[in-house]
Amino acid sequence: MTDSKYFTTNKKGEIFELKAELNNEKKEKRKEAVKKVIAAMTVGKDVSSLFPDVVNCMQTDNLELKKLVYLYLMNYAKSQPDMAIMAVNSFVKDCEDPNPLIRALAVRTMGCIRVDKITEYLCEPLRKCLKDEDPYVRKTAAVCVAKLHDINAQMVEDQGFLDSLRDLIADSNPMVVANAVAALSEISESHPNSNLLDLNPQNINKLLTALNECTEWGQIFILDCLSNYNPKDEREAQSICERVTPRLSHANSAVVLSAVKVLMKFLELLPKESDYYNTLLKKLSPPLVTLLSGEPEVQYVALRNINLIVQKRPEILKQEIKVFFVKYNDPIYVKLEKLDIMIRLASQANIAQVLAELKEYATEVDVDFVRKAVRAIGRCAIKVEQSAERCVSTLLDLIQTKVNYVVQEAIVVIRDIFRKYPNKYESIIATLCENLDSLDEPDARAAMIWIVGEYAERIDNADELLESFLEGFHDESTQVQLTLLTAIVKLFLKKPSETQEETHTYTHTNISPSFDSDNPDLRDRGYIYWRLLSTDPVTAKEVVLSEKPLISEETDLIEPTLLDELICHIGSLASVYHKPPNAFVEGSHGIHRKHLPIQHGSIDTGESPVSAGPAAPIEQAQSVIPSQGDLLGDLLNLDLGPPVNVPQQSSMQMGAVDLLGGGLDSLVTVCMFIFLYLLSLFPQIWLPAVKAKGLEISGTFSRRQGQMYMDMTFTNKALQHMTDFAIQFNKNSFGVIPTTPLPIHTPLMPSQSIEVSLPLNTIGPVMKMDPLNNLQVAVKNNIDVFYFSGLIPLNIFFVEDGKMERQVFLATWKDIPNENELQYQIKECHLNADTVSGKLQNDNIYTIAKRNVEGQDMLYQSLKLTNGIWILAELRIQPGNPNYTVKHPPNLNSPNSELRSHLLFLSEV
Amino acid sequence: MIGGLFIYNHKGEVLISRVYRDDIGRNAVDAFRVNVIHARQQVRSPVTNIARTSFFHVKRSNIWLAVVTKQNVNAAMVFEFLYKMCDVMASYFGKISEENIKNNFVLIYELLDEILDFGYPQNSETGSLKTFITQQGIKGQHQTKEEQSQITSQVTGQIGWRREGIKYRRNELFLDVLESVNLLMSPQGQVLSAHVSGRVVMKSYLSGMPECKFGMNDKIIIDKAGKGGVTNEAGKSTSGKQSIAIDDCTFNQCVRLSKFDSERSISFIPPDGEYELMRYRTTKDIILPFRVIPLVREVGRTKLEVKVVIKSNFKPSLLAQKIEVRIPTPLNTSGVQVICMKGKAKYKASENAIVWKIKRMAGMKESQISAEIELLPTNDKKKWARPPISMNFEVPFAPSGLKVRYLKVFESKLNYSDHDVIKWVRYIGRSGIYETRC
Repeated sequence: MTDSKYFTTNKKGEIFELKAELNNEKKEKRKEAVKKVIAAMTVGKDVSSLFPDVVNCMQTDNLELKKLVYLYLMNYAKSQPDMAIMAVNSFVKDCEDPNPLIRALAVRTMGCIRVDKITEYLCEPLRKCLKDEDPYVRKTAAVCVAKLHDINAQMVEDQGFLDSLRDLIADSNPMVVANAVAALSEISESHPNSNLLDLNPQNINKLLTALNECTEWGQIFILDCLSNYNPKDEREAQSICERVTPRLSHANSAVVLSAVKVLMKFLELLPKESDYYNTLLKKLSPPLVTLLSGEPEVQYVALRNINLIVQKRPEILKQEIKVFFVKYNDPIYVKLEKLDIMIRLASQANIAQVLAELKEYATEVDVDFVRKAVRAIGRCAIKVEQSAERCVSTLLDLIQTKVNYVVQEAIVVIRDIFRKYPNKYESIIATLCENLDSLDEPDARAAMIWIVGEYAERIDNADELLESFLEGFHDESTQVQLTLLTAIVKLFLKKPSETQEETHTYTHTNISPSFDSDNPDLRDRGYIYWRLLSTDPVTAKEVVLSEKPLISEETDLIEPTLLDELICHIGSLASVYHKPPNAFVEGSHGIHRKHLPIQHGSIDTGESPVSAGPAAPIEQAQSVIPSQGDLLGDLLNLDLGPPVNVPQQSSMQMGAVDLLGGGLDSLVTVCMFIFLYLLSLFPQIWLPAVKAKGLEISGTFSRRQGQMYMDMTFTNKALQHMTDFAIQFNKNSFGVIPTTPLPIHTPLMPSQSIEVSLPLNTIGPVMKMDPLNNLQVAVKNNIDVFYFSGLIPLNIFFVEDGKMERQVFLATWKDIPNENELQYQIKECHLNADTVSGKLQNDNIYTIAKRNVEGQDMLYQSLKLTNGIWILAELRIQPGNPNYTVKHPPNLNSPNSELRSHLLFLSEV
Repeated sequence: MIGGLFIYNHKGEVLISRVYRDDIGRNAVDAFRVNVIHARQQVRSPVTNIARTSFFHVKRSNIWLAVVTKQNVNAAMVFEFLYKMCDVMASYFGKISEENIKNNFVLIYELLDEILDFGYPQNSETGSLKTFITQQGIKGQHQTKEEQSQITSQVTGQIGWRREGIKYRRNELFLDVLESVNLLMSPQGQVLSAHVSGRVVMKSYLSGMPECKFGMNDKIIIDKAGKGGVTNEAGKSTSGKQSIAIDDCTFNQCVRLSKFDSERSISFIPPDGEYELMRYRTTKDIILPFRVIPLVREVGRTKLEVKVVIKSNFKPSLLAQKIEVRIPTPLNTSGVQVICMKGKAKYKASENAIVWKIKRMAGMKESQISAEIELLPTNDKKKWARPPISMNFEVPFAPSGLKVRYLKVFESKLNYSDHDVIKWVRYIGRSGIYETRC
């Protein structure tokens, strides 16, 4: 008989016809009709309207028909809950059937009908089935408890089904035990703290006995459950290990991997010197290798897990590198994983073979694979010092092939080799430079620029090379721009020009493109470099050209705590993704994370489970490379970001806060002081000469004796003289306008500069600007009109009579609605209350009151802006951790964030 | 656990869809079709995560089997289950093809209901499944109570793979040692990697519940026996030559693993009919049946000269069969001229290779092929990757050196003894991935 004909129904009246057929008198006809319905359901047609007709066919002694009807019920009961009740009677009846297969079928199907109303009818039959004389019914009922728990957890607990389930762990039939374990494991996942499984030595013993007798799937359930057990001492751990090791010879790879998981976890508890520990390590290797002769999908899962195991315990597979050599016909996902493991296992002993392999791979077809192979050669060089020379020459050979992506990848890894072995292989730079034009990927361009900057003194035409990049500066990616900026500074410091004048021009023309970038990082870095250079080139040299730490060998290790967690998930999806389960499972955030057991009696248990055991050396090796997000490290160009992916976590905790914070090493602190000093002393360039036909204007704003001033320096960098200066402001947030015309009366000669101080007041027209303190200025001379904009520091708007009366302050403070209150924390500010208030008073921020609450100093402050707006603030200072609350009157809505950040800035200085 | 299982044809149409968990919606079916089956790029991983839903898939000819889940399932188990599912289907209706699946969709649903409960794999042994899931589907009604309980105890029991009361007039055993020998050799003839993966496949037609014991020339056992023996020296000299070091082995679930672990003896109650008893892997002292010596010379930019010599390396009395040497040619090949001493050689443009076939070849012989390959001039800068030369063959011995020492059968209840069982042993060595770089 062929069933395929059921897939080919078509016409419009299909449902109607089916309905008729379902009500046919003949049994055979009805069965045919139900088959058609199921076929339609499979391809996604909606046949829910036939519900009553299909349920009618349920009363039959034909098992096949019954199963089909059940299948239909499971699919549609949810959409027709009222009618689903019609089926209940039949289920209850079937649960009493003399045939165990039918009893099991009924209890299995009932659990799949996820309708609340039905569940209450389910309880009695289920209770009976859990105690059924037939093991087949019991094992089905065990799973049914998990189903019911998924629908109505409370009811399962109330009805005592969990206890019945626990009783089944002692069942005489191994399959019943296995299913009970599976059900309990699943239920306990949603109750992380309850000790549902009640794993005690007695139960463990029962599980280990069942392990020998149940099906392969049952063995997996039991092993996965065992891995959650924490043996009380090493003796118990060892005896469990002894009974688990035979599973390593099972034909089912999932059984093997789950056994490996148990052993990897319990190894933590065994004393490292013991014979058993070492035997166990030896026993782990062959089964892992055998997994690689399975089908490709299983190989993939195995390789992802081996990747973890190799990081945790490299000794297990260190002799087996050959099995990870890539075969020509391996699927790409297997190839990429094998490559990863090859690098991890590469050592001085096998490096020759590994390199020969990698060279072979670099000529293959798949682009991703080839790139990874090239990268791998670089990593070999960094990992095994003796091989570095051979690796470099291999990379040079590859560059000669001129295959574009191979060349680019090779240059990126050569950059890392230079960072590991500085001043060793610069003879190859010439070859690299030949390929400059073919580089079109940001990574490769950045790497090349870094090399040029780093070795500027040995490359004759370094300046030309960098200039060629500079032409398209604005089209480059940020990464390239930042590197280019640094390279230019390095080049300048390494080949300093004789005169001050030249310095000025050089740095100016080369650094200035960064000034008008939209990217704040780039712009700030440009400014810092420029100020650093124009103040003190000697210090600049010390800072920029300081000796950099070498990069470490292993660069893409999984962060140790994550690795330990993943070891606890061997064989599961988490181990395939290399992510903890809560990263990809919905609603699992409450679930506690698994960690390796802690060895009893070891000294360092207090710290964390990670530091116990042999993970320590890996940890140490890790921390050498600063991560990408480390702004300061980056600023000094210690690093352009690690060569490959560094664990995400480390980069996330870095940020701008650290920029102003303490806790940095001394070099960085020195740099920060320079930075802040420069910022206060040196005027900003508002209008660079290149943009204004030779006129350069720089300046600052200040407040002296209650009067605001704009102090400017006009410099003529053109070849002709300039006359007829005039200045005008655009409408702005505070109504700032100049009180006098621009006091420049004599012509400005070429390369001459003049300083002017322009008094300001705030009686002009007001328009809200973004940012709030932005000021747009137009300057005219005999050549043209130029426009620029600058930020007015807010403190010049703080008027001298900003001290509020105490009573008024108190009343106003109370009136401020909560929603207008802002709170912000300043981290790591080591000033006491008096110095803070002294500093703030200099800027016309007055302390109204001070009190001490629970060891914290509270400062209440007020200030007044030129436009009459008051700002009130509370500053809470705890040693090392001040908490800063800004409250402000309701009429000032928008500007809060800028004001806040400005206040913060002041309090920092 | 497993949330659902779908089977698609090559176009991405659903043939079978069974959902076990509530968190899997109908859109999951489409998500897999759109993102994997219809994806333009080649599949980069057998596990795909789409919108926090994980899909596992395997492909059999042009049929896709996909498992979907939203939980942190045991990934190895999912794939093992999919393989098992394929085995079960194959043993019910043969090849897994669109037609067969459509013809048997009711059966497949019935199987899925039985072997996967709420996403947990249950008994999947075809031996016991066939006792109560039949294509007639009506067996349930005609069974007696004893038969029914026998079925259930077998499905759930310790020996789920064998039913009681099997009777044969002639007790017979067929034992095949099937090995595939894998090699990767450098152009200079250096062995880069070589291993044998072997399988012991049995067909047993035995009455009752026999207890079997299987012995082979495993180095560990023979050394153990040698130590206990009288002449230590003699024992070593024989074992040194005759025994083999097995790197690792895995067993059918009928084998008592704890016994193997403690005594290294392989004892079991066999399933009825054909099954795979064990798999093993060896890497030491492998007999490489053939050696391939390549010589490729590029003559200018439009011509290649290839010469390949193969040497057989086993007893002259034995014959290798189905020998095939595959020499890859560049994509821009315009014409090929071949001369070979033995067999037939042809250039197959569609496969980009010269295929040289020899029907039979005795041990310790040598043969040679030479070819001239004309190339079209191209402006493609990229060099030809030179894939390795691969070989296929079949030899009547085990390249690992494995020998079956005994297979004993004990059945205490029925009156037949080990001597009454007729036993057949056969060794077949095949090429796995047998490649020489050129």
